[in-house]
Amino acid sequence: MRIFDFFRSSPPPPSPAKQAKERLQIVMAHERGGRCGPDFLPSLQRELLAVIGKYVDIDANKVEVKLDRGSDVSTLEVNVELPTPLKPAAAEAPAAAECFDLQRRTARG
Amino acid sequence: MARIIVMTSGKGGVGKTTSAASFATGFALRGHRTVVIDFDVGLRNLDLVMGCERRVVFDFINVINGEAKLHQALIKDKRVDNLSILPTSQTRDKEALTRDGVERVLAQLKDEFDVVICDSPAGIEKGALMALYFADEAVIVTNPEVSSVRDSDRILGMLAAKSRRAELELEPVREHLLLTRYDTARVERGEMLTVEDVLEILAIPLLGVVPESQSVLRASNIGQPVILDDKSNAGQAYADAVGRFLGEQIEHRFVKPERRGLFDRLLGRPA
Repeated sequence: MRIFDFFRSSPPPPSPAKQAKERLQIVMAHERGGRCGPDFLPSLQRELLAVIGKYVDIDANKVEVKLDRGSDVSTLEVNVELPTPLKPAAAEAPAAAECFDLQRRTARG
Repeated sequence: MARIIVMTSGKGGVGKTTSAASFATGFALRGHRTVVIDFDVGLRNLDLVMGCERRVVFDFINVINGEAKLHQALIKDKRVDNLSILPTSQTRDKEALTRDGVERVLAQLKDEFDVVICDSPAGIEKGALMALYFADEAVIVTNPEVSSVRDSDRILGMLAAKSRRAELELEPVREHLLLTRYDTARVERGEMLTVEDVLEILAIPLLGVVPESQSVLRASNIGQPVILDDKSNAGQAYADAVGRFLGEQIEHRFVKPERRGLFDRLLGRPA
């Protein structure tokens, strides 16, 4: 099967177990926050999405959030797949729209 | 001084009572004077799993309320020496568990036993809180499944905040993870969280992995703790876990899929 993966346009979805782990890590980072001191990551994630959502229509299913917790460093990786036609309302904030447009172009190479 | 161990999980149906019955039997088999208490007031089941349901006359709540003496309520196991069961009431509710009452009974048990196992009810309400409150050690029974892992994490939070040891700022309750219903074949196929995944998320030491096994239902059907079925891999996994709890170095088994012979594979037989 692996050899056919080469011809696929998108990588295969992660296994159900992997998805379970990622979902748990996210939900528990959020829940533990209230318990053992300030943990800004979940609210940072929510606010980031809110800010992006203000300018671009984002499909909640095309948002991927990864949280890696290490002993020294924790990283929050937010991947947002932007829709092809940008929201016309984005004209109110041309700078931001351009910025996203630029990123999209860069992403396509 | 006796050790008080709570079997807890948050989520129901993950194997707390099965594990409490097997752990209690395992400790007794190794010569420790052991008592196992059912804290699930109103939904008593430890008696059935231990096979002593027809011998219940008085219960934990009767003792708390002074309606019976402790020795009238304790049931001595007929198969294993050094093992007693303290059943709970089927008619009362969790409010019957008062902190003072539980403390009094535990103090009395601690004089006569080496190990006191508290079989917690599911949930995070009074029954579960009373079961974990006086614990020195906790066995967190978890299935490799999202809701169970999340609930276990919640219970770990309670142990760290609401236990007696937490309230008195003593040394924290020692936590052990017991992963039950583990299916290596499904893990292999990427359908089930791995031991490593659960350990990474809950971040507590692993006491044992009990494989998904038909012997567990068979054992509860006949009222015999599965640890007594020493031919079954679940029984062996419990025996190993008890050994580890007592400080023995025992390598983890049932974590990797068993190698099957060609013949078994051709016949589609499970390992």
